[in-house]
Amino acid sequence: MGLQIAFWILAVVSVGAAVAVVLLHNVFRAALFLVLCFFTVAGLYVAMGADFLAGAQVLIYVGAIAVLIIFGIMLTRDSTEGSPSGRLRLPALLIGFLFLVTMIFVVIGTDWGAVAEVSAEPTTEALAEAIFGGDGGFVLAFEIAAALLLAAIIGAIVLVRDK
Amino acid sequence: MAIGLEHWLILAAVLFSIGLYGVLAKRNAVVILMSIEIMLSAVNITMVAFSRYGQYITGQVFVIFIMVVAAAEVAIGLALIISIYRRRKTVDAEKYDTMKW
Repeated sequence: MGLQIAFWILAVVSVGAAVAVVLLHNVFRAALFLVLCFFTVAGLYVAMGADFLAGAQVLIYVGAIAVLIIFGIMLTRDSTEGSPSGRLRLPALLIGFLFLVTMIFVVIGTDWGAVAEVSAEPTTEALAEAIFGGDGGFVLAFEIAAALLLAAIIGAIVLVRDK
Repeated sequence: MAIGLEHWLILAAVLFSIGLYGVLAKRNAVVILMSIEIMLSAVNITMVAFSRYGQYITGQVFVIFIMVVAAAEVAIGLALIISIYRRRKTVDAEKYDTMKW
């Protein structure tokens, strides 16, 4: 019962915040609604029993990416323009709607073989075991992710520094 | 009605469609980046849902890597937008036509 209440509240708030992000005219307010959307996604992770990911979501998205986006808005202030829609507004609406209908048909029409009752256990240890454990895991991908982050940091610095 | 896998998948599909609309329809480059972040979050929800209802932890491992790539992507994307803004004085994606054929 608690899970249902949590799901519906979080689902409504996250969808509403996402709609506000794409519809609001003021870019800064849109960014604030994006933060709300990230928070509710973290709540959804908690409802799914993914505790480590919920923490990482709050740290990375709410803490880092949202601040970065707000800085980006401040540095590219277009106060008169705001966030208008382009010429492709109606086709985009149509494509998004068709995609949604297709996905809902696929989701409902497929037998996913899901487990009905799931146990909620702490996932941090299981995640560490899956990434670093036993027969190789994801160690190579982990190292490549580290190299990717380093390259992204250097690239961002090179792109925006003053000549 | 109990919350099952389908609920999470449809919620993720709704979020993804909203992000898709934002990417296609918006002209402000920063808002396009924000819409991409919404789409990535929707995919993450799908991954975690499959991970939970399939009892495989691998989906959550993928979410960690998606978060890493999303952080790198938004850093580079904003650097590009700021760099272009300094030259062209606009964040309107429809005016970024230097490489248009």
